[in-house]
Amino acid sequence: MSDILSLIVAKYNFWLYIILMMIGLYAMIAKNNLMKKLVGMNIFQTAIILFYVSIGYKHGATLPIIQGGHGGHSAHDAVIRAADYINPLPHVLMLTAIVVSVATFGVAMALCVRIYQRYQTLEEDELRMRVSEKNNL
Amino acid sequence: MKFIGTVIVCLTGGLLLYGTMDLPDWGDPGSPASTHLSDYYIEHIMEQTQVPNLVTAVLADYRGYDTMFETAVVFCAGLACFLLLRDFRPKKDRYFRHVPTGVMLHFKNPDTRMIADNEFEHMDKDWVPSDMIIKTVCRILIPFIQIYALYVVAHGDFSPGGGFQGGVIFGSSLILMAISYNLKTLVKRVTEKFLSIFAALGVLIYVGLGVGAMVMGGHFLDYGMLAPLLPSDPGHIRALGMLGVEIGVGIAVMAVMVIIYVNIVSEGRHDEGL
Repeated sequence: MSDILSLIVAKYNFWLYIILMMIGLYAMIAKNNLMKKLVGMNIFQTAIILFYVSIGYKHGATLPIIQGGHGGHSAHDAVIRAADYINPLPHVLMLTAIVVSVATFGVAMALCVRIYQRYQTLEEDELRMRVSEKNNL
Repeated sequence: MKFIGTVIVCLTGGLLLYGTMDLPDWGDPGSPASTHLSDYYIEHIMEQTQVPNLVTAVLADYRGYDTMFETAVVFCAGLACFLLLRDFRPKKDRYFRHVPTGVMLHFKNPDTRMIADNEFEHMDKDWVPSDMIIKTVCRILIPFIQIYALYVVAHGDFSPGGGFQGGVIFGSSLILMAISYNLKTLVKRVTEKFLSIFAALGVLIYVGLGVGAMVMGGHFLDYGMLAPLLPSDPGHIRALGMLGVEIGVGIAVMAVMVIIYVNIVSEGRHDEGL
């Protein structure tokens, strides 16, 4: 029991993100409303973003901005140690991922608006019914 | 569907939780992700680019090609929203409000011509008067938000910030204007033409800097080759190139955010919206 507890404590970040991710996945699978599915997708994306950012973290390290770097050449005197700064790579990847996820969310919402304009509903079962009605006519 | 969903979620979650046992501990400096490439970046960025903000340096210089296409993706998203939703058909019913008295006029015939001078205001059916307090607070806040956005873009080399963040903040200040007043107030000041041109211009600035480096004899997006064009010491030229790229990204993101918002809330009609 204490083994499992210590395992959870050492990696509690991953546990939290996986729970968050599963909430999003459940919403995408089980929810009937398209908007709710989109919200689930956003929760899923957020979990992945948090996962990446947490990978970049190092104990005892600070932000990935070189200290004393404003002065130009004077900063060269100090030796820059990699252990002092957290990993900048996940931050870079997630920075662009956040903006792209907002943009793709906008496109998804635009598609939802078009679906609503044509079928007057966003519920999946009603939508399926109306599509088959239109095909039968 | 709910039962199947629960089973799938439980299985996937259990599998992923089992997988975490092999992942490195939280904050372990010796984890594989933090030992190979990132060490090289942290130790060499200052001498290679003179940009203290490692995130900006990696984003705009080492991974500049990737970021260029991310900007293109954002641009394409704005384009897709426009193409999916924009509705140019004239409305059948038109409403006018007499500004001094608040009387509403309803025209059912679309061919009716009306000389709308300053006393009449074209409006939408579901128009609601906006609140004085909200309007005043937003009018005071918006310029400060915009200044902060410009600071975030311009200071992205030295402090947390950059083109994506600054562009989103600037776009949200414009969206705040649309929420607190109404959409027409925004569309009147920031026209669709302006937004479309700026969305394209942002991507063009980014690509232009890359092509400029190629014309000067370097590789695509190799900002160091731009040194003869700009009055600055050659060591600092990469930072300037990154700043230019960030400005392009900021412009594109700002314009695209507003395009997406305007098209979605008014279903492409650009009238009253929310």
